[in-house]
Amino acid sequence: MRYTKHRRLVSSALAVTLGATTLAACGSSSDDDGGARSGPVSLTYWTWAPGMDKVVDLWNEGPGKKEQIKVTVKKQASGDTLVTKILTAHKAGKAPDLVQAEYQALPTLVSNDALADISKDVGDAKSKFADGVWQQTTLGTDAVYAVPQDIGPMMFYYREDLFEEYGLTVPTTWDEFADTARKLKKKSPKTDLTTFSANDSGLFAGLAQQAGAQWWTTSGDQWKVGISDDATKKVAEFWGGLVKEGAIDNQPMYTPAWNKALNTGKQIAWVSAVWAPGTLNTAAPDTKGKWAMAPLPQWTEQENRTGSWGGSSTGVTTDSGNKEAAAEFAAWLNTDGDALNALAKESGIYPASTSAQLSGAFTTPPEYFSNQPDFYQKAAEIAQTTAPSAWGPNVNVAYTTFKDAFGAAAKNRSDFVTAVDTMQQDTVADLKKQGFEVAP
Amino acid sequence: MTSPARGKAYGVGGAPYARPSRTSALRRTRSAPFLFLVPATVLFLLFFALPIGYAIWLSFRKVRVSGLGLGAGARKEVWAGLENYTAALSDSELLDGALRVLGYGCIVVPVMLGLALVFALMLDSERVRLAPFTRLAIFLPYAIPGVIAALLWGFLYLPDVSPFYFVLDRFGLPQPDLLDGGPLFLALSNIAVWGGTGFNMIVIYTALRAVPAEVYEAAKLDGATPLQIALKIKIPMVAPSLVLTFFFSIIATLQVFNEPTTLKPLTNSVSTTWSPLMKVYQDAFGNGDIHSAAAQAALIALATLVLSFGFLRAANRRNKQDDSQGAAR
Repeated sequence: MRYTKHRRLVSSALAVTLGATTLAACGSSSDDDGGARSGPVSLTYWTWAPGMDKVVDLWNEGPGKKEQIKVTVKKQASGDTLVTKILTAHKAGKAPDLVQAEYQALPTLVSNDALADISKDVGDAKSKFADGVWQQTTLGTDAVYAVPQDIGPMMFYYREDLFEEYGLTVPTTWDEFADTARKLKKKSPKTDLTTFSANDSGLFAGLAQQAGAQWWTTSGDQWKVGISDDATKKVAEFWGGLVKEGAIDNQPMYTPAWNKALNTGKQIAWVSAVWAPGTLNTAAPDTKGKWAMAPLPQWTEQENRTGSWGGSSTGVTTDSGNKEAAAEFAAWLNTDGDALNALAKESGIYPASTSAQLSGAFTTPPEYFSNQPDFYQKAAEIAQTTAPSAWGPNVNVAYTTFKDAFGAAAKNRSDFVTAVDTMQQDTVADLKKQGFEVAP
Repeated sequence: MTSPARGKAYGVGGAPYARPSRTSALRRTRSAPFLFLVPATVLFLLFFALPIGYAIWLSFRKVRVSGLGLGAGARKEVWAGLENYTAALSDSELLDGALRVLGYGCIVVPVMLGLALVFALMLDSERVRLAPFTRLAIFLPYAIPGVIAALLWGFLYLPDVSPFYFVLDRFGLPQPDLLDGGPLFLALSNIAVWGGTGFNMIVIYTALRAVPAEVYEAAKLDGATPLQIALKIKIPMVAPSLVLTFFFSIIATLQVFNEPTTLKPLTNSVSTTWSPLMKVYQDAFGNGDIHSAAAQAALIALATLVLSFGFLRAANRRNKQDDSQGAAR
């Protein structure tokens, strides 16, 4: 970081004194449009993935050393706060060269001109990913704004032993899911199948995505917000109904109470994503080996689709003086076999790269699921069925409204569809306020 | 010996020191106060006036997007006039937040200051035992950071993990949900009262210790009971520090942020915009709209200023009236 900063300072000082022509000879850091470079390059990378420094060491000692591209990791807090931080840094022209960004944050970042188009510098990376995954990084344009890193296909997790004890079968449709919840309530009134949590918007977004919702689409120069479409309303009605009749709990996830409910068998299932083993390991350590994973229930029996919850990519910022080198690193990190293996081992991510989903670290199940040897084979199959997602430039606003509107609805056990309408209205109002053209 | 010569040389050489010219001395004395003011002024301008000025500047601007808003040059910052202010003032969520904070303040301020005063009076009474220990015990929660305190209480409020609920359950007593509806206000106030009473108590207690002992002796000779001494002498004597603690408490209440933010993940009842300051935070860092956040922040600052200084003025006027009445008598 310091090196980069220093370098940038020097080069900008030179730019003032010597003029642009001299600067071009100066090399790497002066290179604004990502053209040819010479001499060693130093890049900064903002990421929240644990253990990323060890993965980056592989680069710095291997291909990076050969090409004289050194990457330094700056550990960040995850999610929304990082988007704000990147945008603030970008405003000052000081964003790092590389950033980790969740898929739903990409339109926001691109809309603020914080991410560079790296389509020319990532080579044949596209072929390594499923189309639905890759499409999220292009925003439907010819540009490429990031390289996919990890994905979060959604799955159904349940306590195998308790399902047997209560005589329940694994639901394959959402109707069966509702029946399972009711049946459990009858057998054991104090136990809940699961909870509807209003504190993680990603879960609901993923469920809506599975039902076929397209929350943000474009037509011409206009954005269309489809949060209150039929698919989303169907999902909201379903969960709202279950909460209202008391078939499932309405308390938020990730609280000490939730941990305890999972750990003691008070809640016996969780609609989650491929990263659940890590969360369960911390939340419910005593139930290790008692859980099993199944595909998400479907809306109709013929369907076979899932949504995604989480997942992120690696982007190159427009502030980077070495976009080409940064893109090269981003491509290596997310497509190279060794890098992906290290990512799986050190950061515990589930790779977006299709070939990596069944190799290396993913040939054996996660330790928490040692009772399900084909965990990752199943996961890879489920990942193939991920429905396309559609993100827009103000996902953050929609997500905030979700938390408040659904939080209140879950608390009062009231109508979830009204909450969906609130989400739609607030999201459209915000877009209009910012000056976006919004289709009626 | 060289000393006389040197002494003489000193006198000559050091003429400006020995006999400073009148004008330059005057100039120096005149400029000295300004010189002393320079560091404070520079710091004030740099770290106070400038950021506030920048925030106010931001509050009059907004972002305009053109087209789909993707790619370079799609976003422009433009002049917004009073738009952000009118939007903030007509935003029902901000007003609701203000009302919630008002309700919260109506519990926190009287309870906290009442307890602080009672504790201070008790500690100041002659018959108290273990005074230093008690003082420390009451003060200690103040030393615990607000976020930690809120987390700690949050765990105690959650029925599934709280030892209180365990005990209530054992004895078959009703188990109220403290993280919902009206009780939520009590739960939040409790955290503030627990953390703030000690500090206010110390302020009042210090004022009590500063009252000369003769006053009490005179009162005792006149036959006043300890209760009368407390009500008629001690409380009026510490009125200025009561005003001060009230002033601080109003400001702290208007700025409530830590407690609801920390409890938010634990319950559906605390929204992301529960208090006005939380709304500012959400708009700035959640929704990325620094312009309307700046406008709201300016309004909150104004409200805080009006309320707190309005209170100070009212308190001062009463004091003056009391004084003039006392003088008349």
